[in-house]
Amino acid sequence: MAKRVGIEVSIALAEAVRLANVDVVAAFPITPQTHIIEHLSESIATGDLDANFIPVESEHAAMSCCCGSSAAGARTFTSSSSQGLMLMSEVLFIPGPLRLPIVMAVANRALSAPISIWNDHQDIMSQRDIGWIQTFAENGQEAFDLTLHAFRVAEDRRVSLPMIVNIDGFILSHVIEPIEILSQEEVDQYLPPFKPVYRLDPRRPITMGPVGIPEVYTEARMAHSEAIKASKRVIIQGWKEFAELFGRQYNPVETYHSEDADILLITMGSISETAMTAIDTMRDKGQKVGLVRIRLWRPFPGPEFRKAVGKVKALAVVDRCLPPGATAGPVGTELRSLFYKVPSAPKIFNFIAGLGGRDVTVKRFEEMVDKTKAYIKKRPKELYEVIGVREK
Amino acid sequence: MKEVRLHGRGGQGAVTLAGLVATAGIDEGKYAQAFPSFGAERRGAPVMAFIRMSDSPIRTREKVYHPDIVVVLDSSLLSHVKVSEGLHKDGIVILNTRMNESEVRESIGLDSKLALVDANTIAREVLGLPITNTTMLGALLKATDIVGVEAMEDALDRRFGRLSEKNKAAMHRAFEETIVSG
Repeated sequence: MAKRVGIEVSIALAEAVRLANVDVVAAFPITPQTHIIEHLSESIATGDLDANFIPVESEHAAMSCCCGSSAAGARTFTSSSSQGLMLMSEVLFIPGPLRLPIVMAVANRALSAPISIWNDHQDIMSQRDIGWIQTFAENGQEAFDLTLHAFRVAEDRRVSLPMIVNIDGFILSHVIEPIEILSQEEVDQYLPPFKPVYRLDPRRPITMGPVGIPEVYTEARMAHSEAIKASKRVIIQGWKEFAELFGRQYNPVETYHSEDADILLITMGSISETAMTAIDTMRDKGQKVGLVRIRLWRPFPGPEFRKAVGKVKALAVVDRCLPPGATAGPVGTELRSLFYKVPSAPKIFNFIAGLGGRDVTVKRFEEMVDKTKAYIKKRPKELYEVIGVREK
Repeated sequence: MKEVRLHGRGGQGAVTLAGLVATAGIDEGKYAQAFPSFGAERRGAPVMAFIRMSDSPIRTREKVYHPDIVVVLDSSLLSHVKVSEGLHKDGIVILNTRMNESEVRESIGLDSKLALVDANTIAREVLGLPITNTTMLGALLKATDIVGVEAMEDALDRRFGRLSEKNKAAMHRAFEETIVSG
């Protein structure tokens, strides 16, 4: 087993991309994604990675280049954040239905206005429906492992879909922590070379991305949607084989002290670790609290989530995104829909926390659990609540 | 678990210092985190960085609110940053200053344990630069047992290559000259 090394999470993720031996990186720098592509640019410049780095003029161009290179059969990576992801948005909807297995790391960051470089999930949630497979990493090891998993799953011929690995900007991207970096031989064991189902080749011309007239558009979108749903099996299989080779097991959702819990916190991303510490603290005080962490966001693992939750009384769902005018945060809305009219469904309370870099502390989780206890007895007036708002 | 908060100014290497200590700790088989304060860092502006060091896996992403150790790379920060905020009652403040103990206690009203070193002079004389991070490593190693000298030297070798000898010399001189009191 590889030795744990102290390494910045962004650099570890970039190392995963290097070990995946990508052919093309097309990217534009933006905080807090910068260190990922800087490291790849350097690896290519020094010859550690034999690939083309395309220093594009914008994120729109970055994703356009990625579509082109992936369509030509090249293993393709990019990374972005926040406003950069927004500028990319028009093109982000294209590789899904075209079945182009681009892998992207998103270092999650808030959106303007006001300008914020700090972490929350508003950037990726605004792009929730782009039709990419999406996972959320909880720590640096996961950022590394999920990146390798992403290439493996995205390029699987049964899947052939683009895939995003989300890492919390700064809170993960800029942290130095112990991570096991796999060797080239180990990565090669796990990740076979990219063999596209179709590729653009002047000798065997095909068309990708023609107009979808009303007679075919619905079917094309439906086919993409079904492909995303069907990918779950391969995603899980990819994790299972990862565990067989390297001993680290990942699942679509993970639980922590959920078996006998009355209340479950629901989290995604790096705050899950702080939530576990909060649960330890609350368990010491005799409170029956647990956690379900969502690792696979798209396709949403409904059956796995319901099984993980069991017969719990209430869910305290933590969102890192405030969609103005909506009934709840994106995760809250998803789970209410999942449990609608399910017999003995848990009560679902939605908390929005940690916007624009506001720290989500152990105390905040305790506060959410306390509020949930009160709301079980007396239903709150609103369908969601923003936590930790200064009113003075 | 030991928690450290570093105060410096952009360009003095507080974030690098945090990373070096964490890396050295991880090399020793410990678990560690190092992270910046995620501000809009720019040269000369007050910055913070944090370290956590533990014998077991660290499972929190909070900032450090109650440090065991505070390291101040620039004494000009003392007049407008409360460096002892949240300091653990048995905690220590490690200060780059020309002041002696009583002058420090008088000017910033600190009653905690102190470690004092004139890192500016050492850095200028040994490195030829007023960048005090690796010098302050010596003070940190003298005043605490957060990480061993050998692992720290290895981390400096990896980080600085041919420049590591000078940085190690600055660290060792600071180790000798740091005065721990209280």
